[in-house]
Amino acid sequence: MEYKDYYEILGVDRKVTQDEIKKSYRKLARKYHPDVSKAADAESRFKELGEAYEVLKDPEKRAAYDQLGADYQGGQDFRPPPDWDGGFEYSGRGFGQNQEAAFSDFFESLFGQRGAGAADFRSSPPQGQGEDHHARVFIDLEDAYLGAERTLTLSSPELDSEGHVRMKERMLKVRIPKGVKKGQHIRLAGQGNPGMGGGPAGDLYLQIEFNPHSIYRVEERDVYLELPVTPWEAALGTAVKAPTPEGPVDLKIPADSFQGRKLRLKGKGIPGKKPGNLYVLLRIELPPVSSKRDKEIYQEMAKEMAFNPRINLGV
Amino acid sequence: MIRKERLPVLEGLVLEEDYSLTLRQVCRICTVHTEHILELVEEGILEPTGTTVEQYRFRVDSLRRVQISCRLQQDLGINLAGVALAVDLLEEIEQLRSRLG
Repeated sequence: MEYKDYYEILGVDRKVTQDEIKKSYRKLARKYHPDVSKAADAESRFKELGEAYEVLKDPEKRAAYDQLGADYQGGQDFRPPPDWDGGFEYSGRGFGQNQEAAFSDFFESLFGQRGAGAADFRSSPPQGQGEDHHARVFIDLEDAYLGAERTLTLSSPELDSEGHVRMKERMLKVRIPKGVKKGQHIRLAGQGNPGMGGGPAGDLYLQIEFNPHSIYRVEERDVYLELPVTPWEAALGTAVKAPTPEGPVDLKIPADSFQGRKLRLKGKGIPGKKPGNLYVLLRIELPPVSSKRDKEIYQEMAKEMAFNPRINLGV
Repeated sequence: MIRKERLPVLEGLVLEEDYSLTLRQVCRICTVHTEHILELVEEGILEPTGTTVEQYRFRVDSLRRVQISCRLQQDLGINLAGVALAVDLLEEIEQLRSRLG
C-alpha cells in the first residue's frame, strides 16, 4: 500500500502547531468542498484532506503517525511496523451522508476501519426500517426529451458476519421518464437502504441534474441555442437548418434581423404538461477577408452603405 | 458482480417541484432529527408553508438544501447563519453559471 504524507496533503510543515493544522485544513476544505468547488477532482481532494485532518488533529494519532518517521515519501510503498498497535476507536463523518467512502488502506492499516458515519443530528428510522436514500443522477439534455435508462451504483450500510457495519455497493437500473427537468426528484419506493431485522426498506429519491451541454443551455424547461448566421442571412432573411435536441429543423430567419435577436420555437423545449420553449439567439458572424474578391466586396460596401455604428456615441 | 443488462429496469414516480413534503418525510429522507430541520426553518434556510409545525409543508427542493447545509456544517464547521449565507450564494452562483452556458 502507499504511504500518505498527511502533512503534505494539508500543506503544512511537520513541526506546526495544532492550531495551524486546523487553520490549514479549514482553508483547504473550503476550497475543495464538493458543494463549493467545481474542480473535477474536488471530491477526492476533499476526502484526502479529511483523512489527513482526522489523523493530525488528534495529538495522539498525530504522535503515532509521527513515529513512523519522516523518511517516507507520499506514494511510497508502505507496510506498518510489526509492533504497531492500531488500538484506536474511530467513528467518522463527512461528505456524502450515505456514500462515505472508506479512508485509504494506509489509514485503515494504522488506525483501524472507519465506523459507519454517524453525525450527531442524524436520526435512526423506527422499527428497523431501512433509511431513505437520496442520490443525484446526471442525464443529458437529450434524455429529458426522449427518456433514458441509467445504471446507478449506490452504497448502503450492512452488518457483516462479525457485526461490523460495512458499506455495501449495489447496482440499480432506473428508467428516467421523458420530460424531467433539473432539480426534480424521482421516488423509487422500497429502493432505499434495506431494513434491519426484517424491517421494510427505505425509499430512494433521485435528484435530476443535467450534464453540461456543448451547444444548449437550459433554464427550467426552456432551452437556449446560439445560432451563428451571416450578415446577409440576417439582413435579407432566409431559412437555415438549425439543430434542436430532437433533431435538425428548418428555421425561418426574418429579414432585418439583428445581433442577439431571439426567435421562439414554441413548445420545442423540454416536454411536459407545460412544455418549455426553444429560444434561438442569432449571432451574426463576420466573414473573413480571404481573397481579393472578398476585399473588393467590403470596399464596395464601405463606399455604398451609409452606416455609422457609433452614431449613439456622439461621434 | 451482476451484469448490467440483467438488472430489471425500475420505474419511479416523478415528484413535481410543487410536490410538498411533511416535516416527518423530510427528516426521514435526509435522515436528520426534527430539531435540526426546525433550526434550518428558524434560520430561513428552509421556508415551509403552514403556520404550525404540524402544518409545515416543504417544497421538494428543500431536500437539496438540507443536505448541502448538513455537509457544510459537518465538513467546514460553519454555523447556521454562515450556512444560510453560503447556501444562498451557492444557488446564485449556480444560476449565474447556467446563464453563462
